[in-house]
Amino acid sequence: MLVADPRTAAAWRLFRQEFADAGPERRREMLRTRANQSRTADLRMIGRAKLGHVGGDMSVLDILTTLFFGVLRVDPEKPEWADRDRFVLSKGHTAGALYATLAAAGFFPEAELDTFAGPLSALNGHPNRVKVPGVETNTGPLGHGLPVSVGMAVAARLSGSSRHVYVVLGDGELQEGSNWEAAMTAGHRGLANLTAVVDRNRLQQGARTEETNTLDPLDDKFRAFGWDVLEVDGHDHLALFEALTSPRGSRPTCVIANTTKGRGVSFMEDRVEWHHKVPSAEQIVTATAELAR
Amino acid sequence: MSAPVLSSPEAFDCRVAFADELAALAREDERIVAVCNDSVGSSNLVQFQKEFPDRLINVGIAEQDMVGVGAGLALSGYIPFVCGASPFLTGRALEQIKADVAYSQSPVVLCGMSPGMAYGELGPTHHSIEDLSWLRAIAGLDVIVPADPAETRSAVRWAAHAARPAFLRVGRFKVPAVTGERPFTYGAATTLRDGTDVTVVAAGTMVSRALDAAEEAAEQGVSVRVLNMSTIAPLDEEAIRAAMRETRGIVTAEEATTTGGLGAAVAAVVVTERTPVPMRLLGIHREFAPTGTTAYLLEHFGLTAADIRAAALTLARTDA
Ligand SMILES: Cc1ncc(C[n+]2csc(CCOP(=O)(O)OP(=O)(O)O)c2C)c(N)n1
Repeated sequence: MLVADPRTAAAWRLFRQEFADAGPERRREMLRTRANQSRTADLRMIGRAKLGHVGGDMSVLDILTTLFFGVLRVDPEKPEWADRDRFVLSKGHTAGALYATLAAAGFFPEAELDTFAGPLSALNGHPNRVKVPGVETNTGPLGHGLPVSVGMAVAARLSGSSRHVYVVLGDGELQEGSNWEAAMTAGHRGLANLTAVVDRNRLQQGARTEETNTLDPLDDKFRAFGWDVLEVDGHDHLALFEALTSPRGSRPTCVIANTTKGRGVSFMEDRVEWHHKVPSAEQIVTATAELAR
Repeated sequence: MSAPVLSSPEAFDCRVAFADELAALAREDERIVAVCNDSVGSSNLVQFQKEFPDRLINVGIAEQDMVGVGAGLALSGYIPFVCGASPFLTGRALEQIKADVAYSQSPVVLCGMSPGMAYGELGPTHHSIEDLSWLRAIAGLDVIVPADPAETRSAVRWAAHAARPAFLRVGRFKVPAVTGERPFTYGAATTLRDGTDVTVVAAGTMVSRALDAAEEAAEQGVSVRVLNMSTIAPLDEEAIRAAMRETRGIVTAEEATTTGGLGAAVAAVVVTERTPVPMRLLGIHREFAPTGTTAYLLEHFGLTAADIRAAALTLARTDA
């Protein structure tokens, strides 16, 4: 099991404090900069490992950054704290994005990122809670995160805890029936302590979602299952922050975050082949320069 | 008996032969259809989709649906090849495989792509090492593990004509050609190298390694027979009994858990004979793999030619 990096965790705490005190424009700038740093770190990991899911990583990083640097009540130095909010990355193939985010928050040393996918590394191609603090359950096969999150939300309620459960789902992932079984359970039980964020980039592994197996109208689907639904620009950090912290009624919340696969790297944006293509060293230099702007 | 083929530097991804043969069959027979789970690329169905867009049913990321849809097509006169990464096809849709395919006797060809630890660093969620155990437990389902591109091709053709519930493990980890001109023979082991001291029964990626092991063992004066057991269920029990009579021990080698796959199947034959022979079961012993490439993990779990040779030598000496 990796252990926290106290210096980075301290910097993360300062960030959270500054963020809490900041006005909207400053908040937006803080999250934007932080997310792009994680994008850069992730690209470096993928380049080194020659493997990863770069398109989905770039797509989800604004959501992950907003959660870990603005929303989640967690403590990187106490990953087992019982009343922490729970975060589940159901689209586990974007582990690289999660690792970059967790390392930036101090859950483990950033140097560890260089081992990504290497022999015996804790940082497997899909996240492993047995090895990586901050990972709440093992994902990789799609359609597992939501049922587990429902269980966590039921547990929080049973134990009288105010902790909240957040889960990030891919949109292609929603073709798995298990999601809809869990959505029904969450709606039936009125799990107001559960928020599902859909990374709605409209691409899956091999094609567009709507060409493969139509998901729209996604908002109506979740509403019909007893959820409150919010739709936001998934790269607008302030809009994400508002949606993720909005007052909750008596139903679970689904945040449909409209995103672009490959976001931030011009030659990757909205291109299906970048699902798991590995960028060349040259392309990483170009991408890094774009992200620094 | 033709000369043993040692691992040549050239090695092949069996998905290529698979795709090629499937497209050829589809040209010959319009009942052939393909069903997949957002895996047109990883199941190598790009050409099939180009030629037969209407006969490629991509249900999206939904394996249970995929297998059920395959069964419905099969029960309506089509010959569906249901293709998905092996861990998800077998793990996620296990009950569909049992009830809709095997129990219903619907002639679906389940194609488990990139099995074993072919997905290396993507980890245990993406490894398909339990598939042989799971599927061998299901009545009426054939479990086929081709060893190289030629045998893959031949098994695909067999499956299209056999019209039986079948599972084909289609390898991605590159393997050398080992079967030569011998076509896939349903239910029969093929002797790739004869020997008199010990028998190695291998399947899939382990076959070329077993041949290498046999060659190395020969240099140390031990004669090793190598059986390619490409049909794991139903098992060629006669070949096992012959090995018991004619050699002194049996090593099994599979890129799978030993809790119910090839090794367990062979052992079940061996221990029910009047005079069992000693065995070594090589495979993965109920463990999730650490992070690593496929080649690294095969070494980690003792699945190299050297490991097979060591096991064979131990057995040869035990009984000497
Ligand atoms: C059960 C299962 N089936 C198939 C896969 C293979 N797979 C990995 S990622 C992916 C596409 C995911 O698309 P989406 O959920 O939209 O994620 P994103 O586009 O954001 O990467 C597929 C099919 C898998 N991981 N799990």
